[in-house]
Amino acid sequence: MKPARDVYVIGVGMVKYGRYPEKTVIEIASEAVITALKDAGITMKDIQMVGSGNLSAPVGQQIMRSVGQTGVPVVNVANACATGSTACREAYLSVASGAFDVAMAIGSEQMGKAGLLGAGRYMAADPAYLPEGVLGSQMMPAVFSQWGIDHARKYGTTFEDFARVAYKNHKNSVHNPYAQYQQEFSMEEIMNGRMISWPNTLYMCCPTGDGAGAIIYASAEKVRQFGSKAVTAAASILTSDPWTETGEAILDINQCTRLAAKEAYETAGVGAEDMDVVELHDCFATAEMVHYENLGLAPDGEGPKCLKEGKFDIGGKTAVNASGGLLSRGHPLGATGCCGIAEIVWQLRGESGGRQQPNAKAGLAHVIGLTSACTINVFVK
Amino acid sequence: MTSESETKEKKQNPIVPYLRLPARAGEKAYLAGSKCRACGAAYVGKRLACAKCFAVDNFEEIRLGEYGTLRTFSIVYQSIPGIEVPFIAAVVDLPEGTAVRANLGGIEPDPDKIVPLLGKKLEMYTEKVREDKEGNDVIAYRYRPAGA
Repeated sequence: MKPARDVYVIGVGMVKYGRYPEKTVIEIASEAVITALKDAGITMKDIQMVGSGNLSAPVGQQIMRSVGQTGVPVVNVANACATGSTACREAYLSVASGAFDVAMAIGSEQMGKAGLLGAGRYMAADPAYLPEGVLGSQMMPAVFSQWGIDHARKYGTTFEDFARVAYKNHKNSVHNPYAQYQQEFSMEEIMNGRMISWPNTLYMCCPTGDGAGAIIYASAEKVRQFGSKAVTAAASILTSDPWTETGEAILDINQCTRLAAKEAYETAGVGAEDMDVVELHDCFATAEMVHYENLGLAPDGEGPKCLKEGKFDIGGKTAVNASGGLLSRGHPLGATGCCGIAEIVWQLRGESGGRQQPNAKAGLAHVIGLTSACTINVFVK
Repeated sequence: MTSESETKEKKQNPIVPYLRLPARAGEKAYLAGSKCRACGAAYVGKRLACAKCFAVDNFEEIRLGEYGTLRTFSIVYQSIPGIEVPFIAAVVDLPEGTAVRANLGGIEPDPDKIVPLLGKKLEMYTEKVREDKEGNDVIAYRYRPAGA
């Protein structure tokens, strides 16, 4: 979708992901909102519309009661793991359409130790008829592992290739104070980790936890009025999964991403070759491997080679998941979409510290939600 | 020794409605599917509309799944309580134009043995996998290397 006018991000905020049993999700979200407002140099009085993403509950209005009850429209959205980024798109569209001049997206989630996701949805009245474990698996670790092995079927991708994704992302996380885990692991430690769903070991699976992020969008006029640091929000795309012959058996992550990438690059007027920084949906190491190619960052089949050559390292052609990605930063479902965007904004402002991609001018944040949503948000300096 | 009346009461129930078990000896189990008369797209089970070409109420019932090819798999080591691990969670492409999830049987859960089967022909078989609350056998379909 072509925006009717230019849109800018003027403020971002994020809390360090982790487990905060002593706090409510409203408190966690409020911290992110207040940080974003300070970052933009504005107050809640200036916010004209709010999109709130949380997969557990519609908490948007409760967050307003904590940070400022201005009476503005609040939209609660849920879109699986793409919940936060869908809230961002709601805020972006509000400004792009001309309906509002300043809009805020909030993503929040409190999961604690939620463990494996994806089994409960098809629970039968008599558990003997539960298909899980008997007719394959619909659990997230299996689905994303299967997409990795689908890549292996076509291109011979190995366990070691997939492990290298986790090696890179954990190495990057050491420089991200917002990451749930800031710890480097050797290839040996990753490959010898407890096997969750082959080929993904524990260190190749993202942790669950608590977190929140907030993103403030504004028109050009408001950027001038507030004097905020502005990064151009060049595209905000949302797709669902197109029909494929395999779609009934495995939830799509490839076609919805390829469709979104095409639309995102066309709308933004920049291409995959222009991307200096990318935060992509590495819920499992195998997922990152297929998205290099889905996003056009590597030719089909050459993702493993490009990764090994350092193309996706900080300082390489495109720094992928410089934040440490979901594998290290964590994945509180509703929060994730906002925090990938926050990282890209920091990178383009040159504020990412030890994980800064030198001279970053353009980047994107990609999120997959099953079943199946894909968001791609493109930003340029 | 089981009495004849008790034996008769115990039923064999398919785990999903689209698995059709043989009614008499000599018949084979199969998966019931739908084929769109407008575009030829195939689906497992019944359909109201075609997700590919959007045609409505224009389906014929077809038999699916006797053979397929191994598209992908994972070996699941951690699952929810009550699910036996490890198991091989496969996605099987069917020549009729759709695909199904199934466990792979007849082979050890060893990647070195399963990776060479990617893209290779599989055959469907059925097996009792559980007993339900009323003591009936729950029958599931699985796939194994064809001709093994």
